[in-house]
Amino acid sequence: MSPEAISAPAPVDALKPDRAHSRARAARRRKAVVTLARVLLLVAVLGLWEALSRNKVIDPFNFSMPSEIWDQIYTWVTHGTALGSLGEQIWVTLQEALFGWILGVVTGVVFGIALGRVAFLADVLGPYIKVLNSIPRIVLAPIFVIWFGLGSASKIASAVVLVFFPVFFNAFQGAREVDRNLVANARILGASNRRVTLQVVIPSATSWIFTSLHVSFGFALIGAIVGEYIGATQGIGLLVAQSQGTFNSAGVYAAMVILAVVALVAEGLLTFAERRIFRWKASDSGH
Amino acid sequence: MSANTSPAIELRGASKVFKTPAGGLHTAVRELDLTVERGEFVAVVGPTGCGKSTTLTLVSGLEEPTEGEVLVAGEPVDGVGDKVGFVFQQDATFPWRTVLSNVMAGPRFRGVPKAEAKQKAREWLARVGLAAFEDRYPHQLSGGQRKRVALAATFVNDPEILLMDEPFSALDVQTRALMSDELLELWEGTGASVVFVTHDLEESIALADKVVVMTAGPATVKQVFDIDLPRPRKVESVRLEPRFIEIYREIWESLGEEVRITRERGAAHVA
Repeated sequence: MSPEAISAPAPVDALKPDRAHSRARAARRRKAVVTLARVLLLVAVLGLWEALSRNKVIDPFNFSMPSEIWDQIYTWVTHGTALGSLGEQIWVTLQEALFGWILGVVTGVVFGIALGRVAFLADVLGPYIKVLNSIPRIVLAPIFVIWFGLGSASKIASAVVLVFFPVFFNAFQGAREVDRNLVANARILGASNRRVTLQVVIPSATSWIFTSLHVSFGFALIGAIVGEYIGATQGIGLLVAQSQGTFNSAGVYAAMVILAVVALVAEGLLTFAERRIFRWKASDSGH
Repeated sequence: MSANTSPAIELRGASKVFKTPAGGLHTAVRELDLTVERGEFVAVVGPTGCGKSTTLTLVSGLEEPTEGEVLVAGEPVDGVGDKVGFVFQQDATFPWRTVLSNVMAGPRFRGVPKAEAKQKAREWLARVGLAAFEDRYPHQLSGGQRKRVALAATFVNDPEILLMDEPFSALDVQTRALMSDELLELWEGTGASVVFVTHDLEESIALADKVVVMTAGPATVKQVFDIDLPRPRKVESVRLEPRFIEIYREIWESLGEEVRITRERGAAHVA
């Protein structure tokens, strides 16, 4: 276990062993019930969908059905898609999302911290950032395709504009909300302005920044997919567009399922990284 | 005037006016005159919220006086100098740094090489009894232990002037007495001049050479009392001495009046 456990005495220790035991058992049972209910819900929804579609209550051409979607995924995995192997499509999309995400996060953090620290910059640029933020940025995707062509650059660009703003606003807020005591203490201990920024403001803003990283990776994926959907030579977004073009609704749903899995895996990796970075935090503070 | 013979700290007619969020003006400190000699331990007592802490921020260079002069070692204060150490009321340890890294922060900020900073930090951690805790993070320590880290982090910079803003007020009574004794021990080896702000009269008499009573806000010096209790002192035993009680009574006569004024004002605000 992590050393954090030291600071959080478990109330269970104080109880009599048999009571603690029955409590642990009740907790385990509750967990099992929750898991079971979850599985049942999923089965019920998928089953209902399948049944309604098979009996033509809903139009199978438009709504497809779970078994067809599964077949579609299976075909893509075993025989590849019309664009090449499925892994390649995922990889292309993931790469675009990842590059866009990294670029957006870096610029967002740099701008956020800079504006949070330098009041002059914040006063000058503040209104412009508000205006840019109020533009529905997804409409920029077609423009990026015109500017940067059908390759990955246009997808990366649309991912960047989606990622930048949430990261920027969180970093800005984080830099503003730094404990004034910590800043005063660092200055007394002899830290220069640069040191205060690097060693006090940025570390204290990291929890704010991380909050936005979770959301923004999803945005990066959206940016990449929309970009591909509008015009591309490869990627899951193009797969969606092609399936739609050939009236293959199962293909659209299958691409969605694949995207969901990719997003969840990315989210898991991020949470893992967060745990490593925030070892200094008390284990009972949120999460 | 030679810097060697000038007092450690001098405030001459210092005033500090803050803008309140509502747009009004709030005078925290008014026409303050105060002299702290080298190596002297001065305690500043006054009613809560009267502006005692502001006095410290003026001396530290974190804030500039609106009027008047603040001198440290005969030189006017211009920004945060390297002679000053400050122990804050709230926790000001860096939560993302380990205990050792927290104590190393000061020397590292001041450009001391890493190995040397580490060695100095370890020495001070040993002196405050936390040698075994150097790899912990602040959230894994008790309030008293965190205060010790703050003391070590301050003393490791060898400050000539030590400013303390109700440093022990968040601690329980027993820990507080213990920390006071430790502070006296640490300080006696350094020859630093101390300004210790508190609203606890007992604490101030037990620690200081000189107790300064402040008026109800805006703060200014009301009266200064010399404490002639012999050193070294142990705070738990010194407060039972007849002389201590005598001094306490004398100062309380002066301080009690200001506390009453503050309380009546508070009541007027509520009403």
